Amino acid sequence: MTPWQPTAPLSNLRHRAQLLREVRAFFHERQVLEVDTPLLMPNSVTDPYMTALEVHNLGQTYYLQTSPEYAMKRLLCAGIGDIYQLGKNVRAEERGAKHQSEFTLLEWYRVGWDHHQLMDEVFALVSMATGLSKRENYTYQQCFEQYLAFDPLAITTPQLAAIASEKLGQLPADLRHDDYLSLLFATCIEPFLGQGGVAFVSDFPASQASLARLNPEHQTAARFECYCSGLELANGFWELTEATLQQQRFEADNLTRQTLGKPTIAIDEPFLAALEHGLPMCSGVALGFDRLLMLSLGESDIARVVPFAQ
Amino acid sequence: MASYSTNEFRNGLKIMQDGEPCVIVENEFVRPGKGQAFARAKLRYLLTGRVVERTFKSGDSVEGADVMDQDMEYLYTDGEFWHFMDPASFEQVAADAKAVGDNAKWLVEQNSCQITTWNGNPIAVTPPNMVVLEVTDTDPGLKGDTSSGGNKPATLNTGAVVNVPLFVQIGEKIKVDTRSGEYAGRAKE
Repeated sequence: MTPWQPTAPLSNLRHRAQLLREVRAFFHERQVLEVDTPLLMPNSVTDPYMTALEVHNLGQTYYLQTSPEYAMKRLLCAGIGDIYQLGKNVRAEERGAKHQSEFTLLEWYRVGWDHHQLMDEVFALVSMATGLSKRENYTYQQCFEQYLAFDPLAITTPQLAAIASEKLGQLPADLRHDDYLSLLFATCIEPFLGQGGVAFVSDFPASQASLARLNPEHQTAARFECYCSGLELANGFWELTEATLQQQRFEADNLTRQTLGKPTIAIDEPFLAALEHGLPMCSGVALGFDRLLMLSLGESDIARVVPFAQ
Repeated sequence: MASYSTNEFRNGLKIMQDGEPCVIVENEFVRPGKGQAFARAKLRYLLTGRVVERTFKSGDSVEGADVMDQDMEYLYTDGEFWHFMDPASFEQVAADAKAVGDNAKWLVEQNSCQITTWNGNPIAVTPPNMVVLEVTDTDPGLKGDTSSGGNKPATLNTGAVVNVPLFVQIGEKIKVDTRSGEYAGRAKE
């Protein structure tokens, strides 16, 4: 017989609806405006390791958005103020116990806040959803020192390669410095973070700044991630506001894409134009809603919290 | 042979690594923050049985291994090879000592076994979970001792030696679990 039944128990889907309501109430109470930016847009991100799905419509190529970030920032540049979006995004080639290509993302921006203020708010939201009240704070450097006994900001690539293959067995031959760091982080550190609580990791290396501003010493970036029970839940930035720096990062991404043999991505010009107009000082964070629900329900497979996992 | 992207990895998939066929026994998609995504797999090499962990970049391709499992009937051994027959096509294959390994002692003529082939050549033979064998030699023990008073070694008609209860006598047929090599009871005729 053709399988047709939902992958999630109906009780989990009822809980899902409840949590969606609670999240909306959380932001309503804090006077953060809900926005609903398009899923289909003519531009996509340059991130070397992110692939957007292309669709053809009205004689043009559109991309299913991998996150609402650029559209939301254009609203911020237009002066909308504090906003959140709770909706679907799509990332190509992602599937596993913690990943679905189509997933529900909660993203929000706070104008005038730095990332420390935003981390406090992330903690309040995660506590509300999970009932967890313990909070731990680490820097990226402290995590590596504690779990792997080396300084990630000082280590050389050959030393990293040796440690990674000692810990993880045979690895692809052509990994880059940050690939080793992120692989070691994901396999040897992440599973231990946020046991019985919520863990924040901040001050990522400058090479992994993404859209975050650099810290004054320029070695690290004002980027943070949040973990619960070893599950990566959220990624946030004290946002980069300078258009020229942003353009340089896009160009650097495209160079990385070329060396990886991947297609380059046209830079999102309306986004850059909006930054030139001026992004107010703000912090933003993207949080996996499906994962928040997994934690809230004690589920370990994402298929158990979405109606029809693919 | 087809190649597989890491996105198609699943437990039980047979792939080639270092020129040898392997089976994926565990597979995890790892996506660190904003970085490169990986497939972390645990592989069992089918020729040696060793298990290794290996990390692939997500989206990389690996060559598939032409490995098949097939149920075949055990016919006989000529001392060098063990001969099996496909009951549907009557096609025969010969497995060498390396493929049969320790399982030679569980092979009973006309039993159905699982033969694993790589490029058409047998590389492993899996006997049925339960086989019936005859006791050819064991200490006669005390007559009338039918209680569970201990065990004794018994040699079976295939040469296998298993521990049996004291009451089991020469000429009796017993069931043996081939996965553990343990006595599983008397066989009912």
